[in-house]
Amino acid sequence: MSTKSDLLLDMRGIKIEGFSDERWHPIIKGVDLQLHRGEVLGLIGESGAGKSTLGLAAMGFARPGCRITDGQILFDGRDLKPMKESEKRKLWGSRMAYVAQSAAASFNPAHRLIDQTIEASLIKGLKSQNEAKADAVELYRALQLPDPGSIGFRYPHQVSGGQLQRVMTAMAMATRPDLIIFDEPTTALDVTTQVEVLLAMRNIVEQFGTAAIYITHDLAVVAQMADRIKVLRYGEQVEEAETRRMLEAPQEDYTKSLWSVRSIQKPEETSEDYVLTLDGVDAGYTRSLKVLKNVNIKVPRGRTVAVVGESGSGKSTTARVITGLLPPSAGSVRFNGEPLPAALKDRSLDQLREIQMIYQMADTAMNPRQTVGEIIGRPLEFYHGMSGRKKEERITDLLRMIELDDSFADRLPSELSGGQKQRICIARALAAEPDVIICDEVTSALDQIVQEGILNLLLNLQEKFGISYIFITHDIATVKAISDEIVIMFQGEVVEQGLKSEILAPPHPDYTQLLLSSVPEMDPDWLDTLVTERS
Amino acid sequence: MNSVLITVIQRLLLGLITLFFVSIIIFAMVAMLPGDFTQAVLGQAALEETVQAFRKELGLDQPAVYRYFQWLGAVLQGDFGTSFSGRASSGIDRSRPVLELIEPRLYNTLFLASMTAIVAVPLALYLGITAALHRNGFFDRLINTVTLVSISLPEFLVAYVLMALLAVLWPVFPPISEVRPGADFFDRLYISVLPALTLTMVTIAHMMRMTRAAIINLLASPYVEMARLKGVAQREIIIKHVLPNAWAPIATVIAFNLAYLVIGVVVVETVFTYPGIGRLMVDSVTTRDIPIVQACGLIFAGTYIFLNMSADIIGIVTNPRLLHPR
Repeated sequence: MSTKSDLLLDMRGIKIEGFSDERWHPIIKGVDLQLHRGEVLGLIGESGAGKSTLGLAAMGFARPGCRITDGQILFDGRDLKPMKESEKRKLWGSRMAYVAQSAAASFNPAHRLIDQTIEASLIKGLKSQNEAKADAVELYRALQLPDPGSIGFRYPHQVSGGQLQRVMTAMAMATRPDLIIFDEPTTALDVTTQVEVLLAMRNIVEQFGTAAIYITHDLAVVAQMADRIKVLRYGEQVEEAETRRMLEAPQEDYTKSLWSVRSIQKPEETSEDYVLTLDGVDAGYTRSLKVLKNVNIKVPRGRTVAVVGESGSGKSTTARVITGLLPPSAGSVRFNGEPLPAALKDRSLDQLREIQMIYQMADTAMNPRQTVGEIIGRPLEFYHGMSGRKKEERITDLLRMIELDDSFADRLPSELSGGQKQRICIARALAAEPDVIICDEVTSALDQIVQEGILNLLLNLQEKFGISYIFITHDIATVKAISDEIVIMFQGEVVEQGLKSEILAPPHPDYTQLLLSSVPEMDPDWLDTLVTERS
Repeated sequence: MNSVLITVIQRLLLGLITLFFVSIIIFAMVAMLPGDFTQAVLGQAALEETVQAFRKELGLDQPAVYRYFQWLGAVLQGDFGTSFSGRASSGIDRSRPVLELIEPRLYNTLFLASMTAIVAVPLALYLGITAALHRNGFFDRLINTVTLVSISLPEFLVAYVLMALLAVLWPVFPPISEVRPGADFFDRLYISVLPALTLTMVTIAHMMRMTRAAIINLLASPYVEMARLKGVAQREIIIKHVLPNAWAPIATVIAFNLAYLVIGVVVVETVFTYPGIGRLMVDSVTTRDIPIVQACGLIFAGTYIFLNMSADIIGIVTNPRLLHPR
């Protein structure tokens, strides 16, 4: 199907370096990439694999602190590598465009959306102001934005994340480029929103026959978008194949490991012995606006309750109520049947010890100036009054529990990997010897394989110490892997709570159905099937 | 739009409340100055009765709280009182109203401040933007070094160096900026060149460096990368994409320096013997002329509060999140 003439992009022997710690490090170590007109190439890999760097290099662009040291980037027969920026600028925004991960940060807060959408067309003199605006409205309509005629006159902060992401796609499409780089465009979105955005992006790319490089770490997403998939790791290509073949018969061990990440299948267990209960909790940050409405949740002892919902559904607010950071305006929190004081400052040391928390960003949850030993040692002193030798021994014990050796005690957080940092946070929570640990999106910032390690560790610790987890997440795959019970939240209310098998099996309430059906599956036809079903 | 208006009104009210508290502090500070006007005028040898009589005449025998409210009440009606100087124990009263004394001095100060600001502010903005545009290039380094030097030198030194060069070595401008009665606009302009130049050099460094920093800070934002990848040229990026988001910090530093031009110029006034309000205040402190000191203090505080409030308001009205709420 591809002849030589329809080759749009031909990158050969690309090497890119990044500057850090006073020297240049290789980021991309000699990668080839070919893309034909109208073709979508999926670029997948874990964080640090060099996906974005390679994607931007396809436009001849290197971020500040990066440089393309070797190779050629033939775009439509012209090599971008030796070109001056002023030359490349003629191609940028006209024949090639970029769609970034964070739409909220990538729009200028000071200008209306439509002015930003048509900016490139005006600079290049491709259209008159009125033509460009009319065209932008048509694109908004094609991307199924609500109120296409007037949404452009809003400012970026006035529309939702999913809408902003589609406006950015319209912006990229405005000059009908030959090539669009999609850089993790749906990673920051909720699953239900992601479906709409994916669909809109795929349709418009098909409609205009635009070639695209679609960068993501999510295999199931790329399976819906790409004709071919290229797997990257540590700046090198692992393998490349046509999408179906890649999904059915991956060749390399690394690729297979990406496929099999969700291998954990914890059998569900129930218990009538509840360690923590929330009864009719209302809570909010301002007097007038309730974020939580009559929330009832029961946490069985030694089990895992997954609290699932989209951003803004009240998951983290629930955690804040349980920990006492946000006293509820109505209802109560009971621990072992005894009501807990609503506010943190009224709780006894023991009550504080019983409930611990682990956060999404391990980085910001640790004092960067303290060693691991100090970080873990603090709750030992605070709750258990340990000091000296006894404390040192306990720190060594705790490090062993999280599968790290005692040499880590002298290290600083900056010397640890993402997964190791999260393990230290787990050890810090364990040090208090809690009954309940609230895990707030603890694996969301981690790569798939690292996630698996953390989840396994949490399960082992639960088995050993009988700790109960409240596992807050938006990731259904994680929920399937580790939970006993599931709580589904929507707009501050509990839609349903029950055993994993009950919740995941039909029939579902409407919202649960929408949420579960929106989780992309590793099947290239999933999106099409879903569209057919929903219409 | 409404919520912006409310915020602006809130700021204005806050400014007034601040000014009220500042008036208390000014009054208290002046009241706590060691020694008083009667002693300064009458000397150590004066008879106790004479001192008491004089104090009574000036109203200094009243309790401080009473005097404060009397003063505040009068000020609110635009009456800043009468200067102490010109009075003598002899009973002959040649004193003049405070306003009459302050007015020409304030005019002189504002003249010098405006003259400096009209040159310094646009120049600082232009240099700051240009430096950011050619970041780490030759121009950027040169301008950074020059401004660092001028910011580090004490202003009296800058003043004397300028005077030595432009008044003594090449006598282009007068070394002394005495404002003669009946001087017209261009005379004033001419004699104010050296002090204005000194103040420009002192203030421009700060404003230019902050402008540059505010712009460079925003150059790292994703929407700037997006603009580059849309093919927007560097100059356009700074003017269209960066500057609209940089006004809040820039306005703050400009306000700070404008306030300095009114409040902090006493050294420069002294070097050039320029009859500004700063010198009037310092002289009045020496002679314990309380009404003048209080009036000057209030004017300074008002200027400072007004300019900073203006910067705040600029920050608010250039923030699209506040200007266009959801």
